[in-house]
Amino acid sequence: MILEATGLSKYFGGVAAVSDVSFSVGEGEIFALIGPNGAGKTTVFNLITGLMSPDKGSVVFKGRSLIGMQPHRIAAAGVARTFQNLQLFGRMTVLENVMAGAYLRGKSGFLQSLARWPGSISEEKRIRQESLDLLSDVGLDSEADLPAAALPFGRQRLLEIARSMASGPRLMLLDEPAAGLNTAEAKELAGYLKRLREQGISMVLVEHDMETVMDVADRILVLNFGIQIAGGTPHEIQASPEVIKAYLGEDEQVA
Amino acid sequence: MDKNIVFRAAAIIIFLVLPLLVKSNYLLGILIIIGLYTIIVIGLGILMGYAGQVSFGHAAFFGLGAYSVAVLSTAYRWPTFAALLAAVVVPGLLAALIGRPTLKLKELYLVLATLAFGILVHIFFNEAREITGGPSGLTGIPYLSLGGLVFDRDIKFYYLVWSTVLLISLGVNNLIHSRVGRALRAIRESEHAAETSGIDTASLKLQAFVFSAVLAGLAGGLYAYYVTFISPSPFGFHTSVLFVLMAVVGGLGTFWGPLLGTGLVVALGEILRWAVPLAIPGAGGEYQIIFFGVILVVIMIVKPEGLGSIIKFSKKSVEKGVR
Repeated sequence: MILEATGLSKYFGGVAAVSDVSFSVGEGEIFALIGPNGAGKTTVFNLITGLMSPDKGSVVFKGRSLIGMQPHRIAAAGVARTFQNLQLFGRMTVLENVMAGAYLRGKSGFLQSLARWPGSISEEKRIRQESLDLLSDVGLDSEADLPAAALPFGRQRLLEIARSMASGPRLMLLDEPAAGLNTAEAKELAGYLKRLREQGISMVLVEHDMETVMDVADRILVLNFGIQIAGGTPHEIQASPEVIKAYLGEDEQVA
Repeated sequence: MDKNIVFRAAAIIIFLVLPLLVKSNYLLGILIIIGLYTIIVIGLGILMGYAGQVSFGHAAFFGLGAYSVAVLSTAYRWPTFAALLAAVVVPGLLAALIGRPTLKLKELYLVLATLAFGILVHIFFNEAREITGGPSGLTGIPYLSLGGLVFDRDIKFYYLVWSTVLLISLGVNNLIHSRVGRALRAIRESEHAAETSGIDTASLKLQAFVFSAVLAGLAGGLYAYYVTFISPSPFGFHTSVLFVLMAVVGGLGTFWGPLLGTGLVVALGEILRWAVPLAIPGAGGEYQIIFFGVILVVIMIVKPEGLGSIIKFSKKSVEKGVR
């Protein structure tokens, strides 16, 4: 198991955003977290990446506890993420976004950068090429020099994935990557995620687009009001009465 | 791109020829002061425009640089170059020391903390009479000599200061288009995304803060060698505000911003000093400040991105054929 979360709980002023959630993600597995809005999925991501610290529970990544680590150290350990409400570096170009995401793959410090040390020039070339390759993986290479904010929404999502890949992660946390994508784009995204899985990258996917989830996920965990209510393969989840209840409401009939 | 090179080449030619055309020592002096302030504003521009941190205490680092030179080269008779080095190191170390707790603060709290720091240092300049000479200051600072070259005339100083500006501009231009520069810009755009990309935002902000303090200290050291006499008054809160003003009027995150902002603010101050009494006989200094304020407000309304953005935009339109 590359990631093991055990008994995760987070309270906001007495309200449990996440309560006693446990799951584990295998090497090269796509693990989906689903549930209605406000179920606590993004909070789980914030707890794993260190942007919030849990009130209870543990997160172990590759045998090492992530609790109390600073977010940039967690990233350096091999965990990358995207954001539901897109956190691109809007005034930087598409290429610069990915190159900034590749920060961990370089070494040049403040003084080498000021003096344009020979080592920093060759490093810059390498990172530039690697970043261009990542952009062409998601089909953004022709937009490399545009400001990121000028991209249409769906392309911005792809850029964020490419940027998070640039740090060379072993585990990717993807927060609603298919939101705002049209059907064709969502299909392309699913194909890309599967290719990443073939490279051995593990993923946790928070997603509302069930077609994408059922297509790519190996296992699924369903959250509702911060509590896990069901878990299993896509097949099992589709048949689970608790899930249908959480999504459609108790007394309503399926139309 | 071509246009950009033309701009820079033109700037360098102007820099070389200008002192030959300027006949008055008064004007040459103003050009030197603009150069010194530009050094500070470049650093402040990195801190504010890239790392996204505001400092209302940079006159303190400027003063610490000046006093390092004044004290070490007079009372302790250090070689002038060694004292100049100290003018860089002392503010740098102090910035590293106070930066760690201070930069954890956000927005208004950071403003207040840097402001308080500036005031504290200014009080120190006034009150530590045995070291700083108190309000009357220190005199008898020798001329700067570097490898046999003695900077005893304004024209020599002019070339020294502006060569320094040029060198720093080139370095900063490198920095911005480097791994560290991208990381700094990323912090400004989204701190969360920068952190989760593996960027140690706290450490980078601190480095930017120390860098800006080092530049302010360097300018202070050069200033002391230029005027050869210093007192606390140029290093107070008012000067810190002026630096921030120069950075903002020039435009944060632009190549030309520091130079344009500094040039405009200094020139405006000088022009108003003789123009206002002509227009309103018997007007005191307060009237100058009013005009100063009005003109700057107008600039910020017309060009909120700052003066540097004028050149930046025309450059973009050449490159991409947009706008």
